[in-house]
Amino acid sequence: MNPIKTFKKGGVHPEENKFSADQPIQDFPMPKQIIVPLGQCLGAPADCIVNKGDRVLTGQLIGTAKGFVSANVHSPATGTVAKIDVVMDHTGYYKPAVFIDREEQDEWAPGIIVTDELLTDIKLDGKAIIDKVKECGIVGMGGATFPTHVKMMVPEGKKAEYVIINAAECEPYLTCDYRLLLEKTQEFLMGVKIVMKGVGTEHGIIGIETNKMPAIELLEKTIKAHPERYAGIEVQPLKTKYPQGGEKQIIKAITGREVPSGKLPIETGCVVVNVASTFAIYEAVQKNKPLIERIVTVTGKSIKKPSNFRCRFGVPADLLIEAAGGLPEDITDVINGGPMMGKSVSVTSFPTMKGTSGILLMTLRDAQDRRQTNCIRCGRCAKACPMGLQPFLLHKVAKLNDFDETEKNHIMDCIECGSCEYTCPANIPLLDYIRYGKAKTGAIIKARNQK
Amino acid sequence: MNNYTISGSPHVHSTENTRKIMYRVILALIPALLVALYYFGWYALRLTLVTVITCMLTEWLIQMFLIKGPITINDGSAALTGLLLAFNVPANLPVWMAIVGSVVAIGIGKMAFGGLGKNPFNPALVGRVFMLVSFPTAMTTWPQVQPIFSKGFFADAVTGPTPLGILKESGAETLSQLDNMQFLDMVLGNRGGAFGEICAIALLLGAIYLICRKVIDIATPLSILLTVFVFTGIFYLIDPIHYIAPWYHIVYGGLILGAFFMATDMVTTPMTTKGKILFGFGVGAITVVIRLWGAYPEGVSFAILIMNAFTPLINKAFKPQVFGTVKPSKQ
Amino acid sequence: MSHTLLISLIVLGVLGAVLAVVLYIVAQKFKVEENPLIDEAEACLPGANCGGCGFAGCRALAEACVKQAAEKGNIDGLACPGTDMGKVAAVLGLTAAAFEPKIAVVRCNGSCQNSPAKVHYEGADICAFASTLYAGKGGCSKGCMGLGDCVKKCNFGALHIDKETGLPVVDPDKCVGCGVCARTCPRGIIEIRPRGKNDRRIYVCCSNTDKGALVVKNCSAGCIGCQKCLKECPFGAIEMKGNLAYIDPAKCKTCGKCAKVCPRGAIHTVNFPTPKPKAEQPAEAPKVELEKPVTA
Repeated sequence: MNPIKTFKKGGVHPEENKFSADQPIQDFPMPKQIIVPLGQCLGAPADCIVNKGDRVLTGQLIGTAKGFVSANVHSPATGTVAKIDVVMDHTGYYKPAVFIDREEQDEWAPGIIVTDELLTDIKLDGKAIIDKVKECGIVGMGGATFPTHVKMMVPEGKKAEYVIINAAECEPYLTCDYRLLLEKTQEFLMGVKIVMKGVGTEHGIIGIETNKMPAIELLEKTIKAHPERYAGIEVQPLKTKYPQGGEKQIIKAITGREVPSGKLPIETGCVVVNVASTFAIYEAVQKNKPLIERIVTVTGKSIKKPSNFRCRFGVPADLLIEAAGGLPEDITDVINGGPMMGKSVSVTSFPTMKGTSGILLMTLRDAQDRRQTNCIRCGRCAKACPMGLQPFLLHKVAKLNDFDETEKNHIMDCIECGSCEYTCPANIPLLDYIRYGKAKTGAIIKARNQK
Repeated sequence: MNNYTISGSPHVHSTENTRKIMYRVILALIPALLVALYYFGWYALRLTLVTVITCMLTEWLIQMFLIKGPITINDGSAALTGLLLAFNVPANLPVWMAIVGSVVAIGIGKMAFGGLGKNPFNPALVGRVFMLVSFPTAMTTWPQVQPIFSKGFFADAVTGPTPLGILKESGAETLSQLDNMQFLDMVLGNRGGAFGEICAIALLLGAIYLICRKVIDIATPLSILLTVFVFTGIFYLIDPIHYIAPWYHIVYGGLILGAFFMATDMVTTPMTTKGKILFGFGVGAITVVIRLWGAYPEGVSFAILIMNAFTPLINKAFKPQVFGTVKPSKQ
Repeated sequence: MSHTLLISLIVLGVLGAVLAVVLYIVAQKFKVEENPLIDEAEACLPGANCGGCGFAGCRALAEACVKQAAEKGNIDGLACPGTDMGKVAAVLGLTAAAFEPKIAVVRCNGSCQNSPAKVHYEGADICAFASTLYAGKGGCSKGCMGLGDCVKKCNFGALHIDKETGLPVVDPDKCVGCGVCARTCPRGIIEIRPRGKNDRRIYVCCSNTDKGALVVKNCSAGCIGCQKCLKECPFGAIEMKGNLAYIDPAKCKTCGKCAKVCPRGAIHTVNFPTPKPKAEQPAEAPKVELEKPVTA
């Protein structure tokens, strides 16, 4: 095993609570009707290309990407389009979606290989790989849902030296990446090879936190067993510390390079890809299978059966909660994603999407004293900030709507990891104010640049 | 339908809160309080109760009738101010003076600025310095230690000099000749002085607890003690007759109490480690200057108050390094 | 003795003279040519520099007025809490029509009663931030968040959040129609409308452009776009914006017919006489108004 590395600046260590770590992935049975949102990535929602009454096959394209930062949407099931309407997403806002009445039997769109066989021969070349990734609508599945093909396109004059696979899974509770690493090891490693070929480099490094020792051992064993096939792939254990899986943090931890403020990771010669996305890239390139399903962790302190489900997109989240033992009585908070960066859920009937890494049921804040008090200037937020910012200051100036000052104090460098708010003894919603300030400051900068 | 909570991430928080921090500091002061009770008996108990209760009552009255805001006397900060104030004055101080000092500490030192977290100066020290300049005699008449087992709990106080007082008035030669001014006595608290500052061992015990629980950062006290040690050490090396040894300077007076409990107050001291070191250096240097050449025998409280005023500037000067802003000098 | 006195007198006198000359030259050289209208407009203002208008002081407001009058021909949205802005308008050579008294109206009636809370919010009291997290307590994605961004921004203290309904309330005596609240509201709920003749106004108290079925789900007082008011209006003052009715204040004659037909009670009337007890006297008033055409 390589020596353990970590990022130095800031960070916190919340309780890990990985209850579902030992639960094998189960295939989730599909309901009669599924609701496929058209906006499943960070950018613009896709344009719908099917009509009411059309019959769609599993894996068929139903929405085409609109604009540069956008991703295709495919049908996760075989059936007829019941309607194209709006559906409440997890925030309670109405978003456009395709409602599909499902047929019992999957009929796959032509060209998709459905067998489980491991295909080790990468036939496509670099450019074709990226095109395939784009065609199959693959996005960053850690939660940010940034289209992966955009990430893999190395700009002119830059060179990718390393492909870093972000397997840190530093979010507490979530285990979907960990289970995938254990159960689809070979496919995952092939995915790494494909990404390496896609961006044109010989080095692939998988960064994993040391709380996932079985995965580290298994990966190392597998690489050792097939040294030819997985040449150039390394496993790098990382210290269990949040936010180890932050893109900038994992680059710093593994290569020692810092992404310059306001620049993209490619400046350091690194392309960072998430585990689930890597697996999806394998399926897309080798089997022509678009992104229509993912592993979703359903967990929480008082839930009966914390589980990992392989779930097609468009399945309402409340069905997943039901399958994990139902909604316990003492739930106050449902979260889409992990506890540090996930989003509060207004309605549990929201459809699962490409970015739904977990559904987390929180109990009554574990009886913590959450009363807000005055800032006592303890500076813990500044100490915890992995970006070297001063959250207490940003909070203050954002509250005063002083957006010159927020910009001067590098508010745009905030990665919104939440370490500051986690550590604040005065229970101040620091990140709320910082996000507000960041949105406003970003808008001001954008307006200025357009002039 | 379930009434879910909507909040911005993160959805988990550390179990730390302001109250816990304050109560931990109070807990850390308990050993020194016990030593004070042992040496000063009834006076120490009376003084502590008066200052703590007055501080809490003042805060309550102000929040209730002047600010008309939320009542936060339970957060332990007012009690802590009262306790620290008691630690900084002679045990036999008249009750009314203690009350005046407490009201000033909370009323002017803290609430006038908006309450917890907004005061630029350490409230307990504001109270102490106010009393020191208002009632100079009472504030510098120090009771001698007399263990309660020898004289009883309610024994009358006998006043006597403090080591630093002797040093100021009679010089280093006299001090070194006194036989009850041995280093061990100093450390154990068998000496004159403000009631909380006498026993270095008890204070260090509390300080170690605070450092282990990560309530305080070791940078500030270390920087203060090192600065005092080096400065007084230089003078001791130059002229060992007129200047006492640096280790005496460390244990005499309120340096340990100030360094570990007052100069580490989060509200009034810098946030970054570099800032803390500079702050500590300032406190140490000013303390030595006052002790060696000033009018007062002791200068820790003045030094901390002066450096408190510099805290915003230090905070501005020593900002943490923002990720990704290092200039690429190596390439 | 007198010698010393004389020397200091001469020295100081010469110094004073030299400096005066320098000052005069500098003042001449760096003279800023300003529109004399600004001075005149400023003279109409109280000169208290309270900052209530949202500008740094009275002069800054006067400058803004002159600038806007030159560019747009009106001084809408610029208002001093202590002065009749009509005077400023007159100084700037604008007709009275260029300055029409305006007031903010809150176009949401999704109160705690009409749109009961389905979730509860914990976090920063900023509407602009909260609206990125969720659609709203009652589930309406176009409704008021109730966290008071508008209240905080109002320079005149004319807004407050009603504890009962959870909605902002405009104090008609304090509101000058400056429009800061309307620009602040992340959902554009607040509209600046003319105060109307006799301070009488009528407006659709809803901002939801969604389909009726979606509105009904979340709120019992929202506009469902049934268009009954549109058909009822004798002046063609009502238009549909998506599934939301909008009353054009320029065409509206404040007859109040639309409010009566609205099945959702979404059209609100302000300062209208209560129909039942005093039918005689006040009912006359609107009719009188009908005879006089309101200049658009």
